[in-house]
Amino acid sequence: MQVRAENISKRYANMAALDDVSLTVGSGELVALLGPSGSGKTTLLRTIAGLEHPDAGAVYFNDRDASESRIQDRGVGFVFQHYALFKHMRVMDNIAFGLRARKTNKPSESEIKRRVMELLDLVQLSGLDHRFPSQLSGGQRQRVALARALAIEPSVLLLDEPFGALDARVRKDLRRWLREIHERTGHTTLFVTHDQEEALELADRVVVMNKGKIEQSATPDEIYDTPATPFVFSFIGESSVIPVQVGNGRATLDERMLDLEVGNLPDGPAQLYLRPEDVAMVTDGGPGIPGLVVSTRRIGGMRRVTIECGLARHRIEFDASAEVTIANSQRLQVRVIGGRVYGAGSEGYATEKLAASATSDFKWAKAEGWLDR
Amino acid sequence: MNSAKPRKMRQAIGEGRWTRLTLITIALVFLGLMLIAPLLVVFVEAFSRGVGVYIDALAMPDTMAALRLTLLVAAIAVPVNLVFGVAAAWAIAKFEFKGKAFLLTLIDLPFAVSPVVSGLIFVLLFGANSVLGPWLDGAGIKVLFAVPGIVLATIFITFPFIARELIPLMQQQGSSEEEAAVSLGAGGWRTFFQVTLPNVKWGLLYGVLLCNARAMGEFGAVTVVSGNIRGVTTTLPLHIEILYNDNKAAAAFAVASLLALLALVTLAVKTLLEARFANSLAAQRRH
Repeated sequence: MQVRAENISKRYANMAALDDVSLTVGSGELVALLGPSGSGKTTLLRTIAGLEHPDAGAVYFNDRDASESRIQDRGVGFVFQHYALFKHMRVMDNIAFGLRARKTNKPSESEIKRRVMELLDLVQLSGLDHRFPSQLSGGQRQRVALARALAIEPSVLLLDEPFGALDARVRKDLRRWLREIHERTGHTTLFVTHDQEEALELADRVVVMNKGKIEQSATPDEIYDTPATPFVFSFIGESSVIPVQVGNGRATLDERMLDLEVGNLPDGPAQLYLRPEDVAMVTDGGPGIPGLVVSTRRIGGMRRVTIECGLARHRIEFDASAEVTIANSQRLQVRVIGGRVYGAGSEGYATEKLAASATSDFKWAKAEGWLDR
Repeated sequence: MNSAKPRKMRQAIGEGRWTRLTLITIALVFLGLMLIAPLLVVFVEAFSRGVGVYIDALAMPDTMAALRLTLLVAAIAVPVNLVFGVAAAWAIAKFEFKGKAFLLTLIDLPFAVSPVVSGLIFVLLFGANSVLGPWLDGAGIKVLFAVPGIVLATIFITFPFIARELIPLMQQQGSSEEEAAVSLGAGGWRTFFQVTLPNVKWGLLYGVLLCNARAMGEFGAVTVVSGNIRGVTTTLPLHIEILYNDNKAAAAFAVASLLALLALVTLAVKTLLEARFANSLAAQRRH
């Protein structure tokens, strides 16, 4: 079942939760809605489920307008952030609820029992059918919630922050397990998360949202490698930002202390976005941007170093080998070997990825001067 | 020093022994003087002229009529407020709408207004000089100084009890379970009876009991609208006052003991429910 949301707008009081958002989820696709809290991702999910009514726009299931049909008839399996299990019902009655609520095509009680057992097996909770939700762990409750949603044989599966309330280890396990379930059942699935790692690992496609709008909709690789907007760049992974001036195809800072070739960007102010891996420490005595170390911390096998560069003391983070000792207040030089420049484009942003080869030209004669200020 | 011996930890909010004893004593003495002693007096006075007088007082036709009327009024007022309370709590806890704060304030109105004033409101509404009074009279419906007036006044006085009990409970529970039920295909009634109601049943019972206790014991508002017609519009509290004013103290206390007994039974059931209710609430919090 293909799901299409078209030009959805929704306002709460004086805040736009969704601002003319359109989204298509292909049949059998597993899509993540990723964004910070307040970005509208949950509102969009609830609108597709029919739990919220949009001020404008419509939701289509295949080519049928679902906006007019009641939520009961949409055939949507919804998994709530805090599970919303029926507290007073046993696990088995929770899962059977949707089947028993059917008006047409209601299976017999023995058939319902068989289906419940099948689902419990699928979510690896066999033998817990007589427990109450309060007797289950968080991860087990989440599985019951999923089994309950799957019981009605939904055309679409919607999950709101499915792993948000679980601790890190359980979350990792359930992530892998949800991926497996998706591959086995093939439901069109849309889930909301604020955890970029979760979105990139789990989804076929990631939709990044911010302030009620979709910033980018692409595969995890594309989201990471070619982020369409500064927001996507900074939301996915670590980043340092430096304001630069673009002119004649070059981005410069502080009288060309930094001078990078940027291709076809329009002239004017722009932002240089760098990931830790886009910056390398100069160890061979070659040219580089001088900086002053302000902090270092150990991250896994690497050492994350923060330096201050330029007249305005812009902060840049990069990773150095853990074997190199780097002390605070130490002066060193770095080279930009990647990154991305965002300038003002005719529509939103014009962006250029920096090639490693384009970043060798530095003017650093004045470097000693500003460091002493 | 024996390290295996558990060390006594000083609790952060723990008070000294004497402070604790003093506070407990004050509470117990106060309750004894203000609640238990008067209750004992009621039963002592009731039997002061012997069991014969006690039984005669209860067997009086007026007493039996008052008991019947009291039960009738409670039997109408409590179900009406049950429906109203559930509807109001549902509306307030599950929906966002303008005037919600105003509705909450309105529900508290009977708590804030003196019962006598509440009674007078109905006199002004249905009295001979009002707009509605003569019109209803013409239709042959008597409201004031009759059973309908007593029922209306009692409903007015007791309507906050169930709503007030349910609103915080329902607000705390939110509406995600209802949303889950609806997304699984359940209709409104199924959602209400299988999801909402089981979640609030103990709070609801508790509210019903409180409402019932007040409905049977209400004096101020009822005395204004009833006209105190003996054996016709006197409820148990009114009947007690009449007996007392007639210098039939023993009879008055005998009937009072009946009312007190109803209250004690209610309290006992309430305490039992509370123990139960606390458990199920705790279980829900764990969830």
